Amino acid sequence: MLVSQAAERYTGPRRGRKVRASYLIGRVGVFFAVIWAAATINFAIPRLSPANPVREALLQAVSAGGVQTGSWEEVVKAYEARFGLDQPLWVQYLRYLGDLVRFDFGQSISMFPTRVIDMILIALPWTMVLLTVSTVFAFALGTVLGALMAWQKSPQWMRIFVAPVLTLSAVPYYLLGLILIYLLAFTARLFPIGGGFAIGTTPTLDASFLVEALRHSILPAVSILLAQMGGWALAMRGMMVTTQGEDYMTFGEMKGLKDWRLFLRYALRNAVLPQATSLALVLGHVASGALLVEVVFGYPGVGTLLYQAIRTFDYFVIYGVSFMVVVTLGLTTLFLDLLLPRLDPRITYRRS
Amino acid sequence: MSAAVESRLASAPTRRIALSRLAALRRGNRQLMVGLVVMLAIVLFGLLGPLVVDVKGARVGSAMPDQPPSVAYPLGTDSVGRQILPAIVAGTPLTLRIGLIAGTIGLGVGVAFGLIAGYFGGFWDTVLRGAADVFLTVPSLLVLVVIASTMRGAVDITTEALVVSALAWMSPTRTVRSQVLSMRERTYVHVSKLSGMSGVEIIVRELMPNLLPYLAASFVGAVATAILASIGLEALGLGPQNEPTLGMTIYWALYYTSVVRGLVWWWASPIAMIILIFFGLFLISAGLDEVANPRIRRAP
Repeated sequence: MLVSQAAERYTGPRRGRKVRASYLIGRVGVFFAVIWAAATINFAIPRLSPANPVREALLQAVSAGGVQTGSWEEVVKAYEARFGLDQPLWVQYLRYLGDLVRFDFGQSISMFPTRVIDMILIALPWTMVLLTVSTVFAFALGTVLGALMAWQKSPQWMRIFVAPVLTLSAVPYYLLGLILIYLLAFTARLFPIGGGFAIGTTPTLDASFLVEALRHSILPAVSILLAQMGGWALAMRGMMVTTQGEDYMTFGEMKGLKDWRLFLRYALRNAVLPQATSLALVLGHVASGALLVEVVFGYPGVGTLLYQAIRTFDYFVIYGVSFMVVVTLGLTTLFLDLLLPRLDPRITYRRS
Repeated sequence: MSAAVESRLASAPTRRIALSRLAALRRGNRQLMVGLVVMLAIVLFGLLGPLVVDVKGARVGSAMPDQPPSVAYPLGTDSVGRQILPAIVAGTPLTLRIGLIAGTIGLGVGVAFGLIAGYFGGFWDTVLRGAADVFLTVPSLLVLVVIASTMRGAVDITTEALVVSALAWMSPTRTVRSQVLSMRERTYVHVSKLSGMSGVEIIVRELMPNLLPYLAASFVGAVATAILASIGLEALGLGPQNEPTLGMTIYWALYYTSVVRGLVWWWASPIAMIILIFFGLFLISAGLDEVANPRIRRAP
C-alpha cells in the first residue's frame, strides 16, 4: 500500500542538509545492484532451462521460414558467437556483461539482421513520454484530490469522490484502457482505436504528425492517469489526516490565516513531501502497468515491442527490452531519490 | 483531591480516545466486512457455479462462435466457440488459486526474511532489505516475462503461481521488518530476553502474535499483487494456454480483437469479475490496515 510505504520513507527530523557521501555511494550502489541483478537474471534463466529456448526458437523460425532476410546459417552463426557456448560458463558470463555495458543485445530473430538496440531505441521514447506525462499528471491531480478529500473545510460533495477513486485504484490500468477504447473510441468515435500515429504516415517531427501522435496517445495516457490517480489520492488522504492533527495547524488557525493559505502552505506542503518520496518506490509498478496499456492500444512503445517479441519467441528482444527498461527506470529512481530529499528538509540522507 | 476525582480526571480523555478508537475500528470493520462478503460471494460463485453451469462449455468448439448473450448462452460465446459464462465460472477459482498459492509463498518468504532482518539486524538486515529494495524497483512484470517466456508452453496453473510468487515477497518483507524493528525494543521483549529465551523463541512466542494483524494485511496485499501479476502475464500470452483463467480469457479477447469487433460480452465479463476481485481484496486490506495501523485511524 502506498500509505505505509510513504510513512516508512519518512524518517523524522534530520540533521545535516548536505547529501552525505555515504548515502550517495550507497544509493548509487543500489542502482548498480539493480542493473547487475537484471543482467544476471537474463543470463541465468535461459541457461537454467533444460532445453535452450533460444536455440529452439531459432530452429522453429528456420523451419517455419520465419527468418525474413538473410540465410538461416547466418542467424545460427550469430547466435553461436553470441552465446559462445563452447566457452566455460564464467567466460560466457563476463562476455555477456561486457556486451551489455556496450548495450549490445544482439540481433532480432524475427527481424534479422536488425539490431535489438535499434528496435528498442525507436520504441523507448514513445514509452518514456507516455509514462512521464501520465505519471506527472496522475501525481498532481491525485495529490490535490486526496488533499481535498481529507481537508476538513472541504465542501461535503468532495466526499463523493471517495468511492469512485477507491474503485479506480483497484482496476488494473490496461483493463481500464479496454473499457475506454470501447466507450470513447469504438462507440463514441472520439479517438483513434489504437496505434501511435495515423496509418500510412512515418514518424517525423512536423506539426501535423505531432498533433496526430498526441491524438493517439490521449486514451492510453488517460487510462494510466485515471488508474494511477486513485492510489495517489488515497495515500495523500492518509497523509493529510495526520498533518491536520499537527500543532502548527492549530497555531496557523489561531493566527487567523485564510483557509486557502492554511490548506496550501501549511497542510498540503507538509503532506506532499513524503508522498513525493514514494514516487520513486512505485515507479516499477507503474511501468509494469503502462507496458500492458501499450499492448492494449497497440501503442508503438517498448510494451508492444515486448508483446510482439513474445508472440514470435524473439528472445534477444525480450531480454533486451527488459534490461533497457530496468536501466531506464533505475536511472529515474536514482535521480528522484537524490533530488527529492533536497525538497524536504525533514528527511535524513542516512538509511534508517 | 480524592483518588476518585483524580482517576476521573485522568480517565476522561482516555475514554474519549477509547471511544473514537472503537468507532474507527467499527468503520474499519465495515470495510473489512464488505470486502469479506464480496470475496466470499466470489468463492461461492466458483464453488457452486459448476453445479448450475456446465463448465465443459468453456472448451473450444462447444458452441456457435461470436454469439451475443442469449438464453442458451447467458454471456455469449467467443470466436472459437467457447461459452463465456462457463469460462468465467471455471476460470475464477483458477485465478484465485494462483493468487492464494503465490500469496502464501510470498508471505511465508517475506515473514522469514522480515523476521531475520528485523530481529537479528546487522549483516542479514543489509542483505535482505537490500534485496527487497532492489526487487521492488525492478518492474516485476518484466522479470516474470523473462522467466515465463523461457518456459514457453510448459506453463500450468501451479507453475504460473510459482513464477509469480518469485516476486511477491518484497512488500511482506518490508512490512514485517519495520514492525519487528519497532517491537524489538519493547519492554516485553527485553523481559523475555532477560528470562533466558532464545532469539527464535522470542520471535515465535512474543513477536509473531503481535504481528498477526500486519500479517493478515500483508497476505491480502500479496494475493492481490500475485493476481495482478498473473493476469498481466496471461494478457501477454504467457499463461496456461489450455486453462480458461480470467487473464487467458482477456488474452484471447485481445488476440481476436474483440473490442473493435463489438463483442462486448467477451471482454467485459472477465474484466467485471477481475475488478470485483480487486475491489474485494482492496476493501479487506484497507479494513485490516485501519485495524492494525492507528496512524490512519483518524481518516474521515
